[in-house]
Amino acid sequence: MAVTDQAAASPVRGASAAPLRRPMRLFRNLSAKIATLPMILTATVIFVGCTGWTVVHSFTSSRLLPRLDFVGLDQYDRLWSTPKWYVAIQNLAVFGVLSLIFSLVIGFVLAALLDRKVRGEDVFRTIFLYPFALSFVVTGLVWQWLLNPELGIQGVVRDLGWTSFTFDPLYNRDLVIYGLLIAALWQGTGLVMCIMLAGLRSVDDEIWKAARVDGIPTWKTYTHVIIPMMRPVFVTALVLIASGIVKVYDLVVAMTQGGPGGASEVPAKYVMDAMFGAQNLGQGFAASTMMLLSVVIILIPWAYLEFGGRRRG
Amino acid sequence: MTETAAIPPLAAASSPSVSIRGLRLAFGAVTVLQDLDLDIAEGEFLVLLGSSGCGKSTLLNCIAGLLEPTDGQIFIKGRNVTWLEPSERGIGMVFQSYALYPQMTVRGNLSFGLRNARVPREEIDRRVARAAEILQIGPLLDRKPGQLSGGQRQRVAIGRALVRDVDVFLFDEPLSNLDAKLRTDLRVELKRLHQSLGNTMIYVTHDQVEAMTLADRIAIMKGGRIMQLGTPDEIYNRPANRYVADFIGSPSMNFLEGQWEGGAFRGKDILLPIPARTGGTARPAILGIRPEHVMTGPLAETAPLRTEVIVDIVEPMGADTLVWGELGGKPFRIRMDGQARVRPGDRLPIGLDPARASLFDARTEERL
Amino acid sequence: MDGPRGPRPRRILSRGNIMLYGTLIVVAIYYLLPLWVMVMTSLKGMPEIRMGNIFAPPVEITFEPWVKAWAEACTGLNCDGLSRGFWNSVRILVPSVALSIAVASVSGYALSMWRFRGSETFFAILLIGAFIPYQVMLYPIVILLREIGLYGSLWGLVIVHTIFGMPINTLLFRNWFAAIPEELFKAARVDGAGFWGIFLRVLVPMSLPIFTVSAIIQVTGIWNDFLFGVVYTTPANYPMTVQLNNIVNSVQGVKEYNVNMAATLLTGLVPLIVYFASGKLFVRGIAAGAVKG
Repeated sequence: MAVTDQAAASPVRGASAAPLRRPMRLFRNLSAKIATLPMILTATVIFVGCTGWTVVHSFTSSRLLPRLDFVGLDQYDRLWSTPKWYVAIQNLAVFGVLSLIFSLVIGFVLAALLDRKVRGEDVFRTIFLYPFALSFVVTGLVWQWLLNPELGIQGVVRDLGWTSFTFDPLYNRDLVIYGLLIAALWQGTGLVMCIMLAGLRSVDDEIWKAARVDGIPTWKTYTHVIIPMMRPVFVTALVLIASGIVKVYDLVVAMTQGGPGGASEVPAKYVMDAMFGAQNLGQGFAASTMMLLSVVIILIPWAYLEFGGRRRG
Repeated sequence: MTETAAIPPLAAASSPSVSIRGLRLAFGAVTVLQDLDLDIAEGEFLVLLGSSGCGKSTLLNCIAGLLEPTDGQIFIKGRNVTWLEPSERGIGMVFQSYALYPQMTVRGNLSFGLRNARVPREEIDRRVARAAEILQIGPLLDRKPGQLSGGQRQRVAIGRALVRDVDVFLFDEPLSNLDAKLRTDLRVELKRLHQSLGNTMIYVTHDQVEAMTLADRIAIMKGGRIMQLGTPDEIYNRPANRYVADFIGSPSMNFLEGQWEGGAFRGKDILLPIPARTGGTARPAILGIRPEHVMTGPLAETAPLRTEVIVDIVEPMGADTLVWGELGGKPFRIRMDGQARVRPGDRLPIGLDPARASLFDARTEERL
Repeated sequence: MDGPRGPRPRRILSRGNIMLYGTLIVVAIYYLLPLWVMVMTSLKGMPEIRMGNIFAPPVEITFEPWVKAWAEACTGLNCDGLSRGFWNSVRILVPSVALSIAVASVSGYALSMWRFRGSETFFAILLIGAFIPYQVMLYPIVILLREIGLYGSLWGLVIVHTIFGMPINTLLFRNWFAAIPEELFKAARVDGAGFWGIFLRVLVPMSLPIFTVSAIIQVTGIWNDFLFGVVYTTPANYPMTVQLNNIVNSVQGVKEYNVNMAATLLTGLVPLIVYFASGKLFVRGIAAGAVKG
């Protein structure tokens, strides 16, 4: 039937198709395409192009200048046989795991406390979040001062009479990473708290009513009902913290400059030193490719959980 | 942009206001509109009616130029507008959510299109004043949409189409966001507006009362096709197929299955002589009869066919009473007078009149 | 954000309440302590700092460290204080914020209302790109900027900030515009407004909140940047954060802790003012950034 309809209408179509044609596909929405050009260029040239460029050049022997002189995995061999890189990776692992755990726990506890109809909630939230407005450089310098062994916290406690008190993480090779951790948590937990608070606020009030009717204690409602419900919020916070951890650089530069004796090196700083300090570009490219790899390892399970799960549901 | 398009021959008789030829729209594998042909006469009020997803709003958006058809052509006043911008087509449009610009005053909303078209200032003022007068929104001109009630907003939205002095008005479910009372008021006002302006109006709705009351002609759509195009009277009394018969009317039509042969419909417990438009052989058929066309009381005695229904549920609704019963093993609805005294379990004598019944082919579901 | 939910509050001085408020106040003190120490140290003279307690308020208030930090502190051979870094940061900040918001808002608008084949793919790449460590892209961008002759200049840095501010801000604007009823956009098209007409005359006037949120994100983000400032500018153009780091962590001379803290406070002042002035909008901004649409 459709065929005959089409045939009947075809003279009309033939008569009018000649003067008026469908505009060229490429030129439709031309303004929109021109307007999104910066975004398209950023996505393709910078995010795809530059990343690809670095990965490719990580297989070359580039030193002062980038060269396309492929040497296979030489740069990676050298990277993994450099003690400084090992320290950096170890630090990142310790720092990463601890700051993930602590920011999630502290962030959630603070959010849960604030969610209990606290008077002056806005004041507390403002106080917990303000460090997030400050840069890592400022954060690092403040904590460097607070952790100053003679005049900082250690000095004050010793002046109070406890002369054997020791708290100088920035001058102790084994503890320096915890010094960084304290500063990073001070700066960043407010953000996690805010995300968690938004998550808690999105829990239906009736859940609380139902739990109260069923006589479930508050803490048990949190552990058995609320936290499982907030799984997506935790995952979001986790991804956010994790991708921030990999980028940690300014904090180390401001607080310890990698010291004492290179004990607080991190991969991002290793990359910067190799590229812009030691003029060893190939090492920098290889190390940054390793950073990229670690992000990919974090992101793939997340993307799988987030998007793969959604498709199934 | 100024090509003189060929006048579509199908519509040559009455030089239609809007003509649609072979219109097809597909998103990937999903076809939303299938080879539509439609002519809308000058000054006609056409309602596109259908349940959600039937393609009625899509068709309206295509006419407006807000959606680009995959194939086919659209003519407005004989001009091929298929590839023109919405603002170049000579249309005005009113939306369900009013779609007023929130940060502009009512005056700003009314004049935005004219300012874009660089109409001279005095002309803008004149047209805004005229629209405000017609719609009685003069005192509201300097307010923002946020300060208006729903009914006032929709008047402003209509005014926005009015000032543009266009040939064709498009309405996309304009009354759906209003409460029942206001909807009735504005419906009457729209009808008055159409009578006084005489523009072509194309109106999309899923509300059959709006469709029946407003339309010169109704196009009932389903699955991207027009199931029937006709006057409200034709649609109600002579539905072209079972879908239309079922869709129009509330409560909906009763359907009885059976056989059509020798000029009569033979179902379980029923034999009703009924002429069919087409002759032909005996075939399985469906008899459709509206609840309000079932005769009861003394009238039932005079009907060509008399039978009985066992009453199951009675729903008194004030003006009338809806009776649910059973006929031939199938549920059967009867609309009776509001004062009717019927109780569950009663055996209710009824009468059927073949002149008010519809007969459909059971296989094609087309009217016989 | 909605009002507080959670369990019903108990009597004011119940044990639970004392623990609740006690915990919150102790934590609040911990969070405030660094700010307190910063301010106190910056108002003391060096002798008092060497003698006393970093937590104690100054016996004798002096603003000299602030003056010195602003006008005399040395980085290398330059001794004209942080003021140079401050003005560099301002000169970087203003065009960067303006350009990045302009580009992101237009991109978000096009992505939500004028989709075309491939636009969603580019957007997906953009969002994934937000997770790539900056170090991976730093060097190729140096080459690109050098090619177009902007390496080391302020404008080079402006472009870099625009690029890296794009994912989050485009997302922000896209989600905002996508929440605007489509019919409004259709009505504007029927009224004859084009791509730019709809954006400038219909959407921008009704989108002040999201522009504010985006501005907050960009002002704090760009002001606090250190990495791009180091890599893409020359010492004469170093932003305030870089100069601050160089002043405080310089190995030459005697450490003047009061001047250092005054300098640190000065650098943190701009984002802090933005933070305290913007209140809930700041929270909304980071929440919007965190909860991906």
